[in-house]
Formats: sequence, C-alpha cells, structure tokens
Amino acid sequence: MGAGTKRGLARTGVSILTLIAAFILLWEGYKLIWTALGWEWPIRPDDRTLPHIWDILVTLFQPVQRNGPPFILVEARAALLTLREAFVGFVVGGAIGFALGVLFVRSRTAERAFMPYVVASQTVPILAIAPMVVVWGGRLDVPQWLTVSVIAAYLTFFPVAINTLRGLRSPQPTALELMRSYASAPRETLWKLQVPTAMPYIFTALKVSAAASVIGAIVGELPAGFRGGLGRDLLQFSQQFTAAPEKLFAAVLIAGLAGMLFVGLITLAEHRWVLARRRPIS
Amino acid sequence: MTERDEVIAETAATDVFAAFEGDLPAAKRWWSPRDLGRQYLPALIAFLLVILTWEALTRLLAVETFVLPKPSEVMASFFETASVIWAAGMRTLLEAVGGFTIGVTLAVITSLAAARWVGFREGMLPFAIAANATPIVALAPIFNNWFSITSPVSKMAVVAVVVYFPVMINTTRGLLEVEPAELELMRSLAATPAEVTRRVRVPRALPFFFASLKVASALSLIAAIVAEYFGGPQDVLGQYIINRANLFQFPDAWAAILVASILGIVFYLLILGAERVLMPWHVSLRASD
Amino acid sequence: MTIPVVEARGLGKTFGSGTEQTEALRGIDLVISSGDFVSLIGPSGCGKSTLLRLIGDLVSPSTGTLAVNGKTAEQARVDRDYGIVFQSATLLDWRTVEKNVALPLEIMGFGDEERSNRSRAMLDLVQLGMFKDHYPWQLSGGMQQRVSIARALAFEPSLLLMDEPFGALDEMTRELMQQEVLRLWDETGTSVVFVTHSIPEAVFLSTRVVVMSPRPGRISEEITVELPRLRNQDTREDARYFQLITEVREALRRGETGAGS
Repeated sequence: MGAGTKRGLARTGVSILTLIAAFILLWEGYKLIWTALGWEWPIRPDDRTLPHIWDILVTLFQPVQRNGPPFILVEARAALLTLREAFVGFVVGGAIGFALGVLFVRSRTAERAFMPYVVASQTVPILAIAPMVVVWGGRLDVPQWLTVSVIAAYLTFFPVAINTLRGLRSPQPTALELMRSYASAPRETLWKLQVPTAMPYIFTALKVSAAASVIGAIVGELPAGFRGGLGRDLLQFSQQFTAAPEKLFAAVLIAGLAGMLFVGLITLAEHRWVLARRRPIS
Repeated sequence: MTERDEVIAETAATDVFAAFEGDLPAAKRWWSPRDLGRQYLPALIAFLLVILTWEALTRLLAVETFVLPKPSEVMASFFETASVIWAAGMRTLLEAVGGFTIGVTLAVITSLAAARWVGFREGMLPFAIAANATPIVALAPIFNNWFSITSPVSKMAVVAVVVYFPVMINTTRGLLEVEPAELELMRSLAATPAEVTRRVRVPRALPFFFASLKVASALSLIAAIVAEYFGGPQDVLGQYIINRANLFQFPDAWAAILVASILGIVFYLLILGAERVLMPWHVSLRASD
Repeated sequence: MTIPVVEARGLGKTFGSGTEQTEALRGIDLVISSGDFVSLIGPSGCGKSTLLRLIGDLVSPSTGTLAVNGKTAEQARVDRDYGIVFQSATLLDWRTVEKNVALPLEIMGFGDEERSNRSRAMLDLVQLGMFKDHYPWQLSGGMQQRVSIARALAFEPSLLLMDEPFGALDEMTRELMQQEVLRLWDETGTSVVFVTHSIPEAVFLSTRVVVMSPRPGRISEEITVELPRLRNQDTREDARYFQLITEVREALRRGETGAGS
C-alpha cells in the first residue's frame, strides 16, 4: 500500500471518527435538552426509549442470560450463523452470474435468447418475499440454511451477470486489435484482457449483492420457528424493549457491523486484486 | 473505471429496468410503440412463456398448492381478495412514498452541502458508503418502538434511511463530476460558488440523481414491506403476506406480492416520466452505454 | 531476389453497405522490401490507417490482392510475422511493465525463463530496463510508448506496423522517440510501415515516403528519401532534409487538389 493510500485511509478514519463523535453529541445533547424542556416529540428523551450511548456499549459486555457469555459474543455467534447462510448462496450466485456474463459476451444469440429471462427473474422482489420463501421451504422440509442460500444466490446472480457483461465489453478497441494481432484465441483474449478489465465492475456488483444477501438472510429468519440468528434475536429484543431497551440497540449495532464486515472483506479483496495494481493511465 | 462507470455499475446492479432500458434510443423524447415493443417484447414473451409453462406443469403433474401454487390460483385469489390487498397496498405505498420523499429531500440537501464543503464531504461520503453496506432494515424494530408499531411513521423512517444513502452518494458524485475546464471557465467569469453549483454542477448531476432515484423507488417499496415484517398493523402488505404465508395460504400471499410488484412498476414509471420531462437533453446513465 | 515484405496490387476497401458506403481505399499498388522504412502520409480520410490495418489483417480487403511475407495477410498474422504499435500505448494497466512486454510471448507459448529474458532484453533495448517492475500509470506518455514498442519487438517480428505512435506526445519527446525508433530499426533490421501526418517526421524516419490523397484513398506519389541511413540531430539541419520536406508537402498539395477521381 503506497504512502498516499495510507494517508487517505487515515484521513477517512479520522473523518468517520469525527462523525461518530458528532453523532454521540447529537444523541446525548438531544436527551439533555429535550428532558430539560420537557418535550416529547419526535422521540421521547427518557432512558427507556433513548438509552444513553454508554449504557448501550456497556450492555455489549454483559451476559445475555444469567451467568452466560457476554452479549457481544452471543450476538457475534448469531451474526456468523446468519452470515454463513448468506455467504454460500452469495458465492454460488456470483459464479452463476459470472458464467452468464461470459456466455453472453461470447454468443450474441445466447444473450438475446436468455437475457429477457434473466431480467424477468428480477421482477420478483425476492427480498420482499424472503420470509415467505423460507416458510415455503420449511413446509417442503428444505433446511433453512439452504433456502436462505438460494435467496442470496438469487439476489447475487443478476447484478454480477449484468456487470460482468458490461465489464467484458469495456476494453478499448485498440486493446482488442492488439490481441487480434497476436492471433490470440478467443479464450486467451477473454482471460488475458477482458476478464481483468471486467474485475472492477464485477467487484462493484459483488459489494451490492453482499449487502443485499445479508439483508436477505436476516429477513429470512423472521418467520416463526427459526432461532439462533440475528433476525430472530432482533425480534426477540424488540419484544423485550420495555424491560431492556439497550439490548435491542446493541443487537442492531452488531447487525450493522456484520453487514459492514461482509462488504468490507470484499472491498479488501478488491483492493488487493484490483485497485492496488492499477490507476487510470492518463 | 471512472466515477461515471462506477455509478452505472452500482445502479445497474440493483435497477432491473435500467438494464432493461438499455437499448432504447436516447435522443427521442417519447418512445414510439415500435421502440418500446422491440425493447420489451422479448422479455414480455419470456415472462408469459414462463407463466404458461408453470400453469401447464403444475396441472399436469398435479402439484400440491403448498409446493407450488398455480398461476390460476394466484389470479383467482388476486380478484377475490382485491379490496383487502389493494387497501393494504395503499397503506404500504404511503409508507414507501413518504419515506422516499423524506429520504430524497435530506439526501439532496446533504449532497449540495457535501459538494460545497470538502471537509463535510470527506466525513460524510465514506460514512455513507459504509452505512450503505449495513442491513439498514435492522433499524425497523427500533423505529417500531420509537414511533409506535402501528404507525406508518415507523416504516417511513426505515424507508427514508434506506433511500437516503444511495441517493446521497450518487448525487454527490454527480455534483462533483465536472470537467476542470468548466471550473476554470466559471472562475474566469468570476462566478460565485452558488452560481457554479447552479449552472454547472446541478445539470451535470441530474443523470446521476435520476439513476439513483430509480433505484430508490424500487428500494422504498421493498424496504417498506420488509420493515413491516418486523411488526406492524394487520392491514399492511408485509404483515398480510407473512400472515398468509404462516398459514400456508400461498396463493393469497402471491396475490399480495403481485400488488406490490405492480405498485413498484408504477412508482418506477412515474420517476421515469419525471426524468423525461425534467431532462430535455436526455443524457441518462444506462447500463448499455 | 528476396520476397517483398508487403506486396499490394489493386488493393481496395469499402466500408458499409447499400446506400451508406464509404470507399476508404482504391487501387493501392505498393511494394515494401525487406529493411525498408516506409511512411504513409496524407490528410485525414486518405485511408492510411486503413491500409496499415489491411496489412495487419485487422480489416479485410474488398478488392485486389495483398501478400505479406509472401503469404496472405491472415496467414502472416496467424504466424505472428508483425508487431503493431498504436497511437495510444494500450498497455494493460494491471500488469507490470515487464509483464506487459511479455504478453505476446505468453500467448505464443514461450517458457517462463525465455519470456523474462526476452522481455528484459527488449526493455534494455528501449532503455527502460530499470522500470520493469513499475506499473503503466507510473510512467510518462513517452515511456509508455517505448514499452509498447518493446512489446511489439519482443518476439522479433520481421515487420513493424506503427499507427501514428507519437501523435499524443509533445514535440521534444517526439524527436527523441524518432531517434529511438531509427536506432531500433538499425539494430534489429525490422521492416517498418509507419503512419503519420507529420511531414518532418516522415522524412526524418523513412527510406521512402508514400504520399496518399483522400476521397477515395489512393497513393498519389512515392518519394525516395536520399538521406544517409544513419540520421541524427544534424540531419534536421541538412539542406537536403528541408528540400525533401518541401517535395513531400507539394506532393500532398497536388494529391489533394489535382488528382482525378
């Protein structure tokens, strides 16, 4: 990583920390001022509805159940469970999307024949129907993790296919002429020129799909009868809100971090394989 | 990959219709039925083929309803429960549109600020990109508790947050996508920052803005429904779907989803229409450019 | 007598079909012998780039015959008889300089060691040996073009095709690059077909200047450059050099106005 990148990252880090600090100030400041003035709109400033940030953070390290392991560990495990389900489907969907992209760039007929189906597949709002699909799967005795994986695959294959196709078509004409001048076989042109050029596009699609897959996995856990993942825990803590509001906030925090982690890993891979080596030649 | 390409890549990823819109001629203000036909007919035919095959197979193989409902059963339910599901659809649509409006308004204001002040931008943009990666719908239970589980406001809040980030990110990128030569020109004319924003940045940003709006329109309906899954009044689409699903009454659930899809398409087309009207020079970011 | 490197007879190319046709080239008769340095010069629309691409089998002819190294252009391409340099360096920005030069060698199936030996030799030849592990974005435009030339020569082709390779560079870098190309030409004995729109460049580099005229593209004149084979900065001050520039310029003018359809 060059010095410039390190400096850029440091600056970003500082900016984000400043924003977090500003957020905390806003939160606590709201509580203070609204309590003093006795206002209740839009959000009641009492500790039940709006716990102190500190209390939320403390909850992370307290046991969820009597004498049990700390909250953060329990929820991290739940997050891993949820993420694992999403990950399998994500990888499969990505592979299918990539294969479709390669197929369509090689064969215009295949593209014209199958692209309408690919696009039509997305008119089904899979995120909106995730819980229903999970219930359906349960009724058919399909294990929950498999149903969630299928949902994640469904969410992933379309963006990856579209972006792979776009990326594979993006090299400059002179680059293609160059490969032709080497009497390069189509497969070689694909792997030596088109696929590397397509990587930035593919990674963008992967990042978007990763975020969607996590949501799909969480939402897929909401129907009754499934336990152990983030979705279920969120519902549970929501029901316990009056007794222990901090738990819900802490769980939401961990869910947010889980999503960021998943996308972050892909961004890291992107930096390693795509961005570190290249910058536009101007 | 330029900024423009990145925005296209991201919006193409989530925006089915933009990928779809691809080959329609940009220069025309209103597409002729022939253009529309050539573009959408293959997909429409594909869709109908799938439905027909689905119906035929489920009948032939005597598939049980709970395994795979027949399209005819779904349509029957669609008409039987019409008043219920459309009423629910309207309530969900209200949440979606309300949240959309709030989110987009806040996003535009923030974007203008981010384009103007570098310090603000350097903090906001990475944060927004990171936040966009999180499952924002996880905030639904919190909002349910803050704004009452039965109130549409709790769902609107979720939609607003979901919509805010992608619109803000893409609009900011659009506002920043100016040629150095254009800035030099404005400088030579002693233009104030406000004038630069008005005359150069905003027109430049419009394609990005509309691309993100199209994505947001699809997101808002889905976000509203998903937020409802975390709890809500009985007469909203999300709750209706999950209740029917839990009772294994899948044709009813699918009928409700059909309503959701229709509402989504209508919402999208409204944005598309607005784009055609407000951008007379018809530069748009499309996946096939 | 050795086989000419390029032999074109009545070569023509028309783009498009039906009512929207453009005749880019018509009736091209051209012979390039081994060791020649031939420049194709003419105003835009005269088809010089198209002619270059015909030789490289990047475009197929509509009429006439074309033999490259005594074979069809397609066979010559498949046999990798030529290297090509474009106006933009067209380096792959995810590969190091060395890996970029090795690209054709990879495709041709050379072994690892042979590849790195040849790449390094070529980079040394263009005097960029110490940049072999750099990435394209770290090099200036002129340096990128030199890498592009090194890549074209990596497999020691008998023919080098260059399509306005220095068009995007500033004047001073251009002159240095011209010097470089002449040195490489002299050291490797490759034949060169060089497309340019700069008259001084054409005269300075070539053994023969082929003047083309547009609408449709034709060869209007060929001017032999009687300057010593080894040229340098002094050549640019030579009286004969300036005379030749004037000759070429007048030939161009004649081509544009005079020549019949």
